Amino acid sequence: MSAVISVKDLNKIYQGGFQALKNINLDIHAGEIFALLGPNGAGKTTLISIICGIVNPSSGTVLADGYDIVRDYREARTAIGLVPQELSTDAFETVWDTVSFSRGLFGKPRNDAHIEKVLKVLSLWDKRDNKIMMLSGGMKRRVMIAKALSHEPKILFLDEPTAGVDVELRREMWEMVRQLREQGVTIILTTHYIEEAEEMADRVGIIREGKIILVDDKARLMQKLGRKQLTVHLAEPLQSLPATLDDDALALSEDGYGLVYTYDANQETTGIAELLRALNAAGIEFKDLHSRQSSLEDIFVDLVHNGQPAPANASSAGEV
Amino acid sequence: MKLNMYSIRAIYKFEMARTWRTLMQSVASPVISTSLYFVVFGSAIGSRMVEIDGVSYGAFIIPGLIMLSLMTQSISNASFGIYMPTFSGTIYEVLSAPVSYVEIVIGYVGAAATKSTILGILILITARLFVDYEVQHPLMMISFLLLTAITFSLFGFIIGIWADTFEKLQIIPLMIITPLTFLGGSFYSIDMLPPFWQTVTLFNPVVYLISGFRYSFFGSADVNIGISIGMTLFFLAICIALVWWIFRTGYRLKS
Repeated sequence: MSAVISVKDLNKIYQGGFQALKNINLDIHAGEIFALLGPNGAGKTTLISIICGIVNPSSGTVLADGYDIVRDYREARTAIGLVPQELSTDAFETVWDTVSFSRGLFGKPRNDAHIEKVLKVLSLWDKRDNKIMMLSGGMKRRVMIAKALSHEPKILFLDEPTAGVDVELRREMWEMVRQLREQGVTIILTTHYIEEAEEMADRVGIIREGKIILVDDKARLMQKLGRKQLTVHLAEPLQSLPATLDDDALALSEDGYGLVYTYDANQETTGIAELLRALNAAGIEFKDLHSRQSSLEDIFVDLVHNGQPAPANASSAGEV
Repeated sequence: MKLNMYSIRAIYKFEMARTWRTLMQSVASPVISTSLYFVVFGSAIGSRMVEIDGVSYGAFIIPGLIMLSLMTQSISNASFGIYMPTFSGTIYEVLSAPVSYVEIVIGYVGAAATKSTILGILILITARLFVDYEVQHPLMMISFLLLTAITFSLFGFIIGIWADTFEKLQIIPLMIITPLTFLGGSFYSIDMLPPFWQTVTLFNPVVYLISGFRYSFFGSADVNIGISIGMTLFFLAICIALVWWIFRTGYRLKS
């Protein structure tokens, strides 16, 4: 798959010596939704800001749509639309004027039909003559997206797009992002909401302390690193685990009614059948079973806080 | 280098729209306050003053008053124009757009210079209501008007980028430009000063602008017209060099 953004050996050292990015190498594929995850201060916004031309790189190269962002900045930036994290909008302009301004600023001739289409898609058409200061926070966020889409970019950066946005609007935005992807727009989003990445992303990159520590297909990542948990709801509470069931992968809940078994779904033998047989042999009755796949959030927390991805077999079940 | 006219037009139109939105503050207010100068110094006090170089006092102060408004408004318009996006954060859009620094400057400075030139012409027309005057070298007058508007708009653009508070935005026009203009021969000929202060006054760059502009009206001035033009162009060159340095280094714009 062709890379619409190619980052090579990118470093950023701010004045004062703080190194925000450390030798970043990253390819974003054309037409994908790429989620860049990382804790606060990891370097997400710095990376996006460099690609978009707002921050100067210290070293390294970035190609956007095949153009060098420094040498061929006009062609590179024409391909990019940016929705920044902060709600930075003009106050006294009307919605129509500010979106039209953005189109002109990006070197595109006037096209009222396109602006109308963008405003309608974002449910801003009725507000087109309103001053931005009169709009709610959610509406302002939509205006910023409309501005970023006004010049028909091939690549759209969404930096924390749904921060401070209510659930309904968040769902609408996700739908809009999917529609854009169907139209061939490559979407790169940073988010704190893991749910957002899990819901939308094709691939996920995790950045920590200025380094990309993992990039993978989301589904594969979840399969590779994802643990599953089986909770056995007992008919009678246990004080402690019987010796025959003593295993690192097995834990007793605080109330004694739940046995939580963690295993790797990719292993040939999960150990579930053996567990159930052992429960039966020990005379422990159960009334329900519940299994749960670990979420992207679990994976993210593992990677960011424990430093390493949880090995696939770390949580796999031993034979019981 | 091919200029991106759509981008320039977008910035220019955006800035001009701000002027029309704030017509009272941008245009009417300076015209009214300058008219008051004409009433007080031109008609009331001026009628008791002797002519200077054969020019009535009321007419003599016209170039100085136009220059005063032109310079302060050029600085104010341009500095506010670029300061607001940096203050509100919307500067991200300009920095991420496919526009060159030259195009950004043409857009912002062009709009600020247009506004102050319109204002200068309005004051010139208003002055006619109070004082009789003739412009001996209209082309030179227009050239000086434009040159000063562009130069001081560039200067304002620099201030707008340098300023990180509203106070700093105001401090240069109020504390430096206005005093220099008042002491630069707006209301008097420097020949009227004692020799020592005449020499001191020649270190004031605004003297050359007012003197040159006055020459275009009356054909006579405190300073040789060639020197006036040279000094104006020199100041323009300094401003262009500073703007070039700002964009080359990303001073206060890019980290």
